[in-house]
Amino acid sequence: MLASRALVRGLQSGFWRRVSTSSAAWAAHTHDVDVIDCSVPQYNNRLDTPLPDVPFVRNLSAEQKKLKEKEKGSWTQLTKEEKLALYRLTHELSYAEMRQGSKEWMTVLGGIFIFLGFTGLLVWWQRVYVYGDVPHTLSEESVAQQTQRMIDMRVNPVHGFSHKWDYEKKQWK
Amino acid sequence: MKSTMSLVKPAMRGLLAKRLRFHLPIAFGLALVAAVAFKFTVTEPRKQAYADFYKHYDSMKEFSAMREAGVFESVRPTGK
Repeated sequence: MLASRALVRGLQSGFWRRVSTSSAAWAAHTHDVDVIDCSVPQYNNRLDTPLPDVPFVRNLSAEQKKLKEKEKGSWTQLTKEEKLALYRLTHELSYAEMRQGSKEWMTVLGGIFIFLGFTGLLVWWQRVYVYGDVPHTLSEESVAQQTQRMIDMRVNPVHGFSHKWDYEKKQWK
Repeated sequence: MKSTMSLVKPAMRGLLAKRLRFHLPIAFGLALVAAVAFKFTVTEPRKQAYADFYKHYDSMKEFSAMREAGVFESVRPTGK
């Protein structure tokens, strides 16, 4: 009953489409692969929409139409293959197929690493050819002088820096 | 097939209340545990460390040592 209503709606919107565009344009857009008309209801594969607005297959062939006529009768008369065919007429993917997932994440991760690596090369080049010299206070001798001054000032004597220095033996603990 | 047998009606109301009844005591308990654990692993040892440091702290001795090292600007080492 729902399928026949959807079918009627599908046929109606198809009818109006045919009327509103010229026959040449209509011939080009019969299967609207490139241009989707967003002003009419569309089919979607979504986990939260078990019954989409329109059936998946809108232009039925002759035998598909015959199947739809048979569907109007008692459903116990339908064979298993016919029931599956009817399902595939109204739905593109089953729930299992929608939930399937793919191996795309490997491609994405690989792409991320490739570009990170390339960025690393650029950063390295920048470090060598763009940056100037480092300040003299980072030289070994200067750092030793700074460390000695920090120890003399008793920086963080309870838990931190100077706590690790043995003042009697004049060495690190 | 399902017309002769009927399913149990699922819970329609009170879903959040049911979830909170279960999860809120756990949340409060965990928060309390986190606070108590932090107190006894971080703050108490820290307080003890400071107390121990200052128990036998001779400020004049430390001051003289710092002065001799030359870090102060108000007092220079006794040599000068």
